[in-house]
Amino acid sequence: MATADDRLDELEAQSIYIFREAFARMKRMALLWSLGKDSNVMIWLARKAFLGHVPFPVLHVDTGKKFKEMYAFRDHYGKEWNLDLRVDPCPPLEQMDPTLPPATRSAARKTEGLKLALEKYGFDALVAGIRRDEEATRAKERVFSPRGLEGDWNVREQPPEFWDHFNATLPAGAHLRVHPILHWTELDIWAYTKREGIPVIPLYFSKDGKRYRSLGDEDITFPVRSDAATIDEILMELATTKVPERSGRAMDHEAEDSFERLRVAGYL
Amino acid sequence: MTLPLPVPAADRPLVRIVIVGHVDHGKSTLIGRLLHETGGIPAQKIEQLKAMSARRGMPFEWSFLLDSLQAERDQGITIDTSQIRFQTPSRDIILIDAPGHAEFLRNMITGAAQADAALLLIDAAEGVRDQTRRHGYLLHLLGVKQVTVVVNKMDRVGFDEAAFRAIESEITAYLADLGVRASAVIPISAREGDGVSVRGERTPWYDGPTVLEALDGFEPARAPQDLALRLPVQAVYKFDDRRIVAGRIETGSLKVGEEIVFQPSGKTAVVKTIESWPVPAAGKEKALLNAGAAAAITLDREIFVERGEIVSTPASRPHAARRLRVRLFWLADEPLETGTVVIARLATSESRATVAAVHEVVDPGHLSTFESKSIGRNQVGEVELVLSRPIAADPHGLNPRTGRVALELGGRIAGGGLVISVLDGEATRAEPRNITPVSSAMTEEERVGRFGHEGAVVWLTGLSGSGKSTLARALERRLFHRGGMATLLDGDTLRAGLNSDLGFSDADRAENNRRLAEVANFLKNLGHIVLVAAVSPSAAARGKVRAIVGERFFEVHVATPLDVCEARDPKGLYAKARAGEIRGFTGIDAPYEAPAAPELVIENDKLDPSAGVDRLEAMLAQAGVFRRPFSAGDDAGL
Repeated sequence: MATADDRLDELEAQSIYIFREAFARMKRMALLWSLGKDSNVMIWLARKAFLGHVPFPVLHVDTGKKFKEMYAFRDHYGKEWNLDLRVDPCPPLEQMDPTLPPATRSAARKTEGLKLALEKYGFDALVAGIRRDEEATRAKERVFSPRGLEGDWNVREQPPEFWDHFNATLPAGAHLRVHPILHWTELDIWAYTKREGIPVIPLYFSKDGKRYRSLGDEDITFPVRSDAATIDEILMELATTKVPERSGRAMDHEAEDSFERLRVAGYL
Repeated sequence: MTLPLPVPAADRPLVRIVIVGHVDHGKSTLIGRLLHETGGIPAQKIEQLKAMSARRGMPFEWSFLLDSLQAERDQGITIDTSQIRFQTPSRDIILIDAPGHAEFLRNMITGAAQADAALLLIDAAEGVRDQTRRHGYLLHLLGVKQVTVVVNKMDRVGFDEAAFRAIESEITAYLADLGVRASAVIPISAREGDGVSVRGERTPWYDGPTVLEALDGFEPARAPQDLALRLPVQAVYKFDDRRIVAGRIETGSLKVGEEIVFQPSGKTAVVKTIESWPVPAAGKEKALLNAGAAAAITLDREIFVERGEIVSTPASRPHAARRLRVRLFWLADEPLETGTVVIARLATSESRATVAAVHEVVDPGHLSTFESKSIGRNQVGEVELVLSRPIAADPHGLNPRTGRVALELGGRIAGGGLVISVLDGEATRAEPRNITPVSSAMTEEERVGRFGHEGAVVWLTGLSGSGKSTLARALERRLFHRGGMATLLDGDTLRAGLNSDLGFSDADRAENNRRLAEVANFLKNLGHIVLVAAVSPSAAARGKVRAIVGERFFEVHVATPLDVCEARDPKGLYAKARAGEIRGFTGIDAPYEAPAAPELVIENDKLDPSAGVDRLEAMLAQAGVFRRPFSAGDDAGL
């Protein structure tokens, strides 16, 4: 009979497989670290895949508007985990598409920051910690997702992908998004974080009856009502909640397709 | 206080289930109904769906739950596969929605290939359609063994038992022909809720499971533990002074201390350690890995092995295959036909492959086969592939994981299928039977009279970038302008066509030389002076060339030092080889065996091109290839 540990082992093995495939087939790969629970698990998985090493740069595309706890976390674990950490800023709000709703427009800064970093370092693959269960357009993602020259996602023309054979050939200047934890759920992330003892930013734990389910920029991310102050309590809460994970992310809810528009333009 | 951990700790199997079927047969509605009735949809989401439906002037539309793209909602069509989770009483389910529209078959396959089990949906009013059969066939090709058939929209046929039974017998017979047994055929109305999670009161004549009960009976398809060990090598890492072979165990298990063999190289070693991180405490190291595990192992000896090889035990190793017979589905716009060159991917290996023959095309509508020279987009057929280098493979019947291939065309996955049979390298050459060579109508004298010379083969060998092609082209031009019949056979040019099935292994290079020699000899016998420019690094292979051509064979060593060739690097190949992008590159990590007794050595770095051509011409004249003096014609080419 399958146990929860078997389930986590299976998820882990699949992620390691994806990491090793990407590293074997791509020349200049980098991992996107948003400092949140998902990308922390991702770094952990990379260290498992490469026996304690993260043999590629770790990129933080910094909006400059993260919580102070997130910056403290980055500076501490960037060193402790011996990461080749690159921090790159995002362009200002004034340069973003003015037709986007306000919070969506704010989030678009990250897409532009990514494009600049891609150009600067010439990465051909970016490892990103998105999950299918987070949001409906992410559920449509491929594990290796080719992006156009503008970082755009051609969702109408995604290549076939089966039996863990991934498309890794790109035209010059284009890049690949690699999604090693696409098949995980929020619950899996927390169960694994607990089992492996992966460090977590304290903002995820309840304080004054509220906690963050998902961490983004300080000005467009809001805490949800919760009394969960430990990982065990978070696991309990997630097993029963009907509140979507990204309900505290303002840009998802401004228009029916605002998140899709962001993603098609290159947002994670 | 210790809190009891809920769902993640429970022993609940996780099962991936795909829903397939003809477009508009009601897949999305069934998914919406299932999720709703199992309490899997948050109230907030239902409100969103209501608003989306109202905005489009529609009654409540379940499909908007998974059709998350604006274009899907606006056009009412599922474009790409999606996944959503919910729970049955005893299972965690990942439900994979696969588009039914023929145009998006690639997306249907992407979804269905991840599934442990499938629901095949049929509209009761429309019955079994071509797309239904096609999907059934693809499930079989993709290896999905657990199938339940759902006959939807029973309300539209008045819950008529006869209508249901007709569809039931048609589809079960079809699936049985494929070797698939439907675990149940269930009459439902997804829109009205009959038979989904609640027993349909309007189908009293039906005593089988509801859809939810059927889902609750599916099992996860696990990596087979009881088959022979197969560990495809993903990479070899050198971390912390350890050489680590990494990959996922597809089938079987692997133990420390066990002797293993790598195919196709055939190298053997003993597993020394199983590595992991965080580093386990002394005495707690793993000694056994099972199917599905991510492996990292060290060996008892230093051997060179590489990505793409498959680890097995010596007693039950996969074949080193040069020829595969494959039953496949094809998704690209361009048809797959004899001569099409693709990349074949089997586990972690990658090889150029040429379609040597198209054996048959399958009509999934009637399960009949017909002869065809090509397999078109979204068709299924059987082909013979010739690989440019041997890869390790199993017939699908022996091992489903190492018995299936994906085919890539133009850098994009374009097809895939099951390995029906594996033929090794030795079995690939045709026996020369029923062949009667026909001689030319012209005599040698007639040719010499026309061309002014006899036929000959000038074989220019040397490192890449040594100037072979440049010299050969200059000589070709000079002979042509003097009325001669010179023909250039450039190694690279022939590799683009005639020899496109060959790679750069020792065996492939020898075969490349053999073919060049056969073609050169054929042209020599027709009176041409054949100028062959080919690296041809192996002295033994050149010896065979000399034997094939026989008389009037001139081996010319274009002896440009490696550092000069590398500095020139006209094709950028040395840079790639140094960067590790090309393996086995002559002069870098593969040897060049200089000729011991060539007819001529041209130290190309010390001579200007026309002086080199002068020496080649002098060599041919001295050997008596020219029977009458060349007219001092137009020498403008030089």
